[in-house]
Amino acid sequence: MAALNIQQGTSKHSAYDLRDPNADAIERHTLAVIVDNEAGVLARVIGLFSGRGYNIDSLTVAEVDHLGHTSRITIVTTGTPAVIEQIKAQLGRIVPVHEVHDLTVEGASVERELALFKVSGTGEKRVEALRLADIFRANVVDSTLESFVFEITGTPQKIDAFADLMRPLGLAEMARTGVAALARGA
Amino acid sequence: MTQAMTGAKMVVQALRDQGVEVIFGYPGGAVLPIYDEIFQQNEIRHILVRHEQAAVHAAEGYARSTGKPGVVLVTSGPGATNAVTGITDALMDSIPLVVLTGQVPTFMVGNDAFQEADTVGITRPCTKHNWLVKETDKLAETIHQAFHVATTGRPGPVLIDIPKDVQFAEGTYTEPRRARVAHYQPRVKGDMAMITRLVEAMETAERPIFYTGGGVINSGDAATQLLRELAAATGFPVTSTLMGLGAYPASGEQWLGMLGMHGLYEANLAMHDCDLMINIGARFDDRITGRLSDFSPGSVKAHIDIDPSSINKTVHADIPIVGDVAHVLEDMLRLWKSRGRKVNKPALAKWWAQIQEWRGVECLTYVNSDTIIKPQYALQRLEALTKGQDRYICTEVGQHQMWAAQFLGFEAPNRWMTSGGLGTMGYGFPASIGVQIAHPEALVINVAGEGSWLMNMQEMGTAIQYNLPVKQFILNNERLGMVRQWQTLLHGGRHSHSWSEALPDFVKLAEAFGAKGIQCKDPADLDDAIAEMLAYDGPVIFDCLVEKHENCFPMIPSGEPHNKMLLGDASTDDAIGSSGAVLV
Ligand SMILES: Cc1ncc(C[n+]2csc(CCOP(=O)(O)OP(=O)(O)O)c2C)c(N)n1
Ligand SMILES: [Mg+2]
Repeated sequence: MAALNIQQGTSKHSAYDLRDPNADAIERHTLAVIVDNEAGVLARVIGLFSGRGYNIDSLTVAEVDHLGHTSRITIVTTGTPAVIEQIKAQLGRIVPVHEVHDLTVEGASVERELALFKVSGTGEKRVEALRLADIFRANVVDSTLESFVFEITGTPQKIDAFADLMRPLGLAEMARTGVAALARGA
Repeated sequence: MTQAMTGAKMVVQALRDQGVEVIFGYPGGAVLPIYDEIFQQNEIRHILVRHEQAAVHAAEGYARSTGKPGVVLVTSGPGATNAVTGITDALMDSIPLVVLTGQVPTFMVGNDAFQEADTVGITRPCTKHNWLVKETDKLAETIHQAFHVATTGRPGPVLIDIPKDVQFAEGTYTEPRRARVAHYQPRVKGDMAMITRLVEAMETAERPIFYTGGGVINSGDAATQLLRELAAATGFPVTSTLMGLGAYPASGEQWLGMLGMHGLYEANLAMHDCDLMINIGARFDDRITGRLSDFSPGSVKAHIDIDPSSINKTVHADIPIVGDVAHVLEDMLRLWKSRGRKVNKPALAKWWAQIQEWRGVECLTYVNSDTIIKPQYALQRLEALTKGQDRYICTEVGQHQMWAAQFLGFEAPNRWMTSGGLGTMGYGFPASIGVQIAHPEALVINVAGEGSWLMNMQEMGTAIQYNLPVKQFILNNERLGMVRQWQTLLHGGRHSHSWSEALPDFVKLAEAFGAKGIQCKDPADLDDAIAEMLAYDGPVIFDCLVEKHENCFPMIPSGEPHNKMLLGDASTDDAIGSSGAVLV
């Protein structure tokens, strides 16, 4: 939520009430949205977020039911409780949207993200990178004499932590998939 | 029965199967096959407008005055982009429309072909849903789905983009009953537990109010009937947004008048002081709430809306009820009756006494003149001389629109067509054409400002061609009056570009098109002039020269609470600074 930087009372000079009504605590929520896999559906979802000024921290999408042609979009977003409720209601209005689940409030859930890290270096740093990768259970998927590409899966926090450790050791590039999430249990 | 036919034929067949009688459109290269089919049949009437924006507004007028979806047909590129304002207007005011656009052939899409525009991309945020149809086999089903989506749940405009090769190709026609629509079925029944809470609150409320909106009218005649029944049975006061006028009759005893920025004193103060606000099909728009933090601070708020995203969007609902107005009102009324028809009679009597006091302020009072026509006076005379007729009123956008809402009374739904959410100047004239097409015998008046009216004046051609006796009642203040008013009140009287200069001679303009023109500037001549307009069987431009610097009051400046209303002396130049402006 880009807070409007306008003082109370100045709104009198405008045709619109410009004060931010949602100056409340910000929460992070993971939403799972089941949609028809049809042309433009992702644009509708993204357009909703940009058009109404909502945040997208991460977004992943892929068809999950090939017979039913439905896709699952996982969105990590932040906002006040009122904004999060609006986001869910607005998503629910989109015609090809079948279901909207807020995994953050609908009970326990698991979140995973996959990332690839290219770390360049020689000597001590290279050995240290390999040792830390082992601790984080990252796999080496490519190596040259001067670089590794690590593959790591985990929560976004774990991947952030791994990135922090790799930075001084020669982190050259990184690619992240964004979060995939499921509710726990049957 | 499956039938093979071309896409163009399918379009006409699908419209026919959807019960469409009229379409508003404008041809071009990318829709020629469809126009060719239209030429070869007589069941569906095509109204040729003079600009695609007007096609959409005309379809809106048709839809709002009938409750049926309006249908628009325009070409690709500029045809589609010209329609965008109208489509956005329909989205904001929840008007069901099906807009068909031509597109360049599928094999040219993406090549910047002649008259190519990314129509589904451009209209994605301003339609309820839209489709690009790439296969003729899917065309008929898509059209049926489009009608379903436009008219189900909260109504709105939908658009189908049809490439030219899809119109030429043959495919299999799908009948309406075979179209898959099951997935989109918004809920219409309200939650009984919430309805029970609302009924309990109604039984004890000391200062209740019904705050009704366009949702009552969109829900249909049953909703209007139930609202009237519920109001009569409970004795609660009723106010309405601009969009909801007519759902409760203006002649009804419990009618407080419109609320909001230019709403009535009694309506806004009752909203501010109530202890139970029952929002029925309205959406707490910023023109209604004023400063949110001070909006009706002491009330329990119930909100009935078919669109879950309307609830808790700006104002927290203590009793949220998602459902169709008619369904929910029916349940409310049944439950309230079965629980013994209770209301808090003594408290209600006190509440009405308070409201009576507010009514005593007579907030619509203005200083009349016997040398200059005051716009309010013109509308009062129009009201008096058309009262009792089943009359349809459209408006443009500006001061005249607010005065029309204040001074004209609406007894029935679907008689008031105005651009509320988007505030589109140029809406009223084409909308009046759509209304007159739907109701050929009715009296249709567009209350206009000269500025707005010029925005779609080319539609005089349409009015003449189809012999539509629409009355264009222009309150000509030679000003972009609403802008001028804001500049007077909020920008130190610096009237930057709010003049209407180089205006046409409206009488000659009417005559140039073959219509009748009337000009009136003397209050003494007004009644006769209006009578002449009403008597004329054909389109009339009525150029009513009014006071140039009249301000529209009451007014709640934006960002102020309801009880900080300006009731200014009507003809002041600097209302906020002058003693005529009263801060209540
Ligand atoms: C398409 C469009 N452009 C600009 C505006 C901003 N606007 C609102 S009211 C108004 C003045 C309207 O003038 P007129 O039609 O003469 O009506 P009056 O207020 O004088 O009655 C303007 C420019 C608008 N609502 N719509
Ligand atoms: Mg004007």
